[in-house]
Amino acid sequence: MLGKLSLSAIPLDVPILVGTFLGVAVIGLAVLGAVTYYGKWGYLWRDWLTTVDHKRLAVMYIILAIVMLFRGFADAIMMRTQLALAYKGNPGYLPPHHYDQIFSAHGTIMIFFMAMAFMTGLMNLVVPLQIGARDVAFPFLNSLSFYMTLVGALLINISLFIGEFAQCGWLVYPPLSEMQFSPGVGVDYYIWAVQISGVGTLLTGVNFFTTIVKMRAPGMGWMQMPVFTWTAFCTTVLIMVSFPVLTVTLALLSLDRYLGMHFFTNDAGGNVMLYLSMIWTWGHPEVYILVIPAFGVFSEVTATFSQKPLFGYKTMVYATCSIMVLSFVVWVHHFFTMGAGANVNTFFGIMTMIIAVPTGVKIFNWLFTMYKGRVEFTAPMHWTLGFMITFSIGGMTGVMMAMPAADWILHNSLFLIAHFHNVIIGGVYFGYIAGMGFWFPKAFGFKLNEAWGKRAFWCWFVGFYLAFIPLYVLGLEGMTRRMNHYDNPDWYPWMLVAEVGAIVIALGIVCQLTQLYVSIRDRNLPENLDLTGDPWNGRTLEWSISSPPPAYNFAVIPDIHGLDTFHTEKQLGLKAHGKPLAPIHMPKNTSAGVFIGLFSFILGFASIWYIWWLAAIGLIGIVATMILRSADRDVDYYVPVSEIEHNEEVYSRRIAAAQAAE
Amino acid sequence: MAQAHAAHDGSHGSYSSYLIGFVLAVILTVASFAAVMTHALSPGMALAALTVLAVVQIVVHLVFFLHLNTSSEQSWNLMCFIFAAASVIVIIGGTIFIMHDTAINMMSR
Repeated sequence: MLGKLSLSAIPLDVPILVGTFLGVAVIGLAVLGAVTYYGKWGYLWRDWLTTVDHKRLAVMYIILAIVMLFRGFADAIMMRTQLALAYKGNPGYLPPHHYDQIFSAHGTIMIFFMAMAFMTGLMNLVVPLQIGARDVAFPFLNSLSFYMTLVGALLINISLFIGEFAQCGWLVYPPLSEMQFSPGVGVDYYIWAVQISGVGTLLTGVNFFTTIVKMRAPGMGWMQMPVFTWTAFCTTVLIMVSFPVLTVTLALLSLDRYLGMHFFTNDAGGNVMLYLSMIWTWGHPEVYILVIPAFGVFSEVTATFSQKPLFGYKTMVYATCSIMVLSFVVWVHHFFTMGAGANVNTFFGIMTMIIAVPTGVKIFNWLFTMYKGRVEFTAPMHWTLGFMITFSIGGMTGVMMAMPAADWILHNSLFLIAHFHNVIIGGVYFGYIAGMGFWFPKAFGFKLNEAWGKRAFWCWFVGFYLAFIPLYVLGLEGMTRRMNHYDNPDWYPWMLVAEVGAIVIALGIVCQLTQLYVSIRDRNLPENLDLTGDPWNGRTLEWSISSPPPAYNFAVIPDIHGLDTFHTEKQLGLKAHGKPLAPIHMPKNTSAGVFIGLFSFILGFASIWYIWWLAAIGLIGIVATMILRSADRDVDYYVPVSEIEHNEEVYSRRIAAAQAAE
Repeated sequence: MAQAHAAHDGSHGSYSSYLIGFVLAVILTVASFAAVMTHALSPGMALAALTVLAVVQIVVHLVFFLHLNTSSEQSWNLMCFIFAAASVIVIIGGTIFIMHDTAINMMSR
């Protein structure tokens, strides 16, 4: 009846998990209680959970990303603490079974549910506004994508309290992840969480690709698109090509596990090495899916805060596109040691090194944008400068490891761990936080606190170097990754430094939370309010409308005459539009996404635990909701002109108030 | 939104283009069967011939039945198709390159 599920699946014998559960339960009940106390369920359901508005979905994506950042970081600091303790006679406080789950969960959560969710959130918020669109091409699919991501995140976190998580790393390499060696539900949690959220990501890719191709404002040619939109475009292409590969790879692994097939087993003709090749065919483009939009953020931030057009817009676009193409022909560098011959390793090694060229072009473009600009050192600009330094170091160690001969020594050592955290924290994370600070006023109508933002930056920046430079050293000293215990006295001091670094990063996260709290508390102070919708003297279209924008974004779709048209017109003192208002066609909110998410959750959870009748209910529920949604013809409405006029009047009064205050 | 429901536009082909496509498809199919059933070619040559005929068959179907051509209304379809084909070649070709080389190097097959 309940498949593999029984009371013994709940890890009551692990005090850390019981404590975590109590903490999560208390916070969860407090949030639910607060929503009930203030009577906000209706508001939450109508205005947020069922919304198809890309700006609100963006906010929900980023909240999910921040919550997942806490989870992933908790894993990280637990690992660092274990390694600061587990030296010589001390076994540390995490037994191997628990420790292995932690490093697997850390990677999975940080990539799929922190970085991907953050990236999708930023794309949702910015792309339609930058191209002058009123929503994305498929607003309902956008809501569905969010719920698929959310369900994946829920499944992975439930594995904390019911059953276990995978113990074979964040890419669950076979044969360790096969039934023979991982008979528990851990790998199944991984498979279902990643597969369900992968559907969401693929839909997001299709959605934003279509939006950018089809819904640009009149006159906006390809070479008039803002750079962030260009990077989002390249990312959607990468998503559409690479995510199906991930889906197939994990589907084959599921067939091995559920139906006893032999794609990646040791025996009966299975080929473990094929899994490595396939998973990295997705996995390498994946890291570019994450970092390319971050490059877009840095381009917007640098140009805006240097008060100059971006240096070398066209080279930036070409560099982005070359990185997009090159990212597809480098995947072997993740497994040079697998045993391929010199031909294969040389080809992929050289291709990997070539990626440094367009990336270097970008770094110089940003530097030349700042050159002779009037640079304002705001918090987003701090993150950008920190990125340029940190990412350059990470890029250089990357080129080192692109040499197969060097990689033979460094493979799976802490040097590798230091390298990819160097580019993912220094590139991806710094970029997303810069983007969050940059576009926060657009989403909410008030700015984030600068002082706390800079404190957060310095803690992250210093903490990063303290935590990861020792890992470079440890890697060169021969320490491998995923180690639970060691007795080499040379490693011990470096592990202590890394622990200090993790604590400094924790302080950075505390600063970020304080920043959010202080900003919300002081949101009505005149210096924090964004009345004009253009707090930074921006260059692109999203700054031409009120903050937060109305649901339909643009009362009148703007005409584009070149790159940075909004900024040019502002400089020339031109009034943006005089076109007559017309009723605006908009999509209605829908609960279909919520229900498909709910049934997907049931399907995933039931399949993990082999409760087949419940899985059938989940599957039927998904299909039935889809049919009901497709049969619904009442999916759109028109915003009347009177409402648009009213909003425009309020906006012009706010601009007048802001001008009077100056 | 509204743009998503754009009607089918572009050519659906003429009677003669369908006829040409059909005749070509039949010739290619017959040729494929002949290559195997007459035993005129060695197995290796037959395999090569089948591959070539299959690729030509794909192109015939795309051009005459799916109306993929270089006209402006088809340019996005054509570009997406070429991109998809290139990606598939990179992914599958790359995987074969890697796995074949590994198998030889490791003497695993």
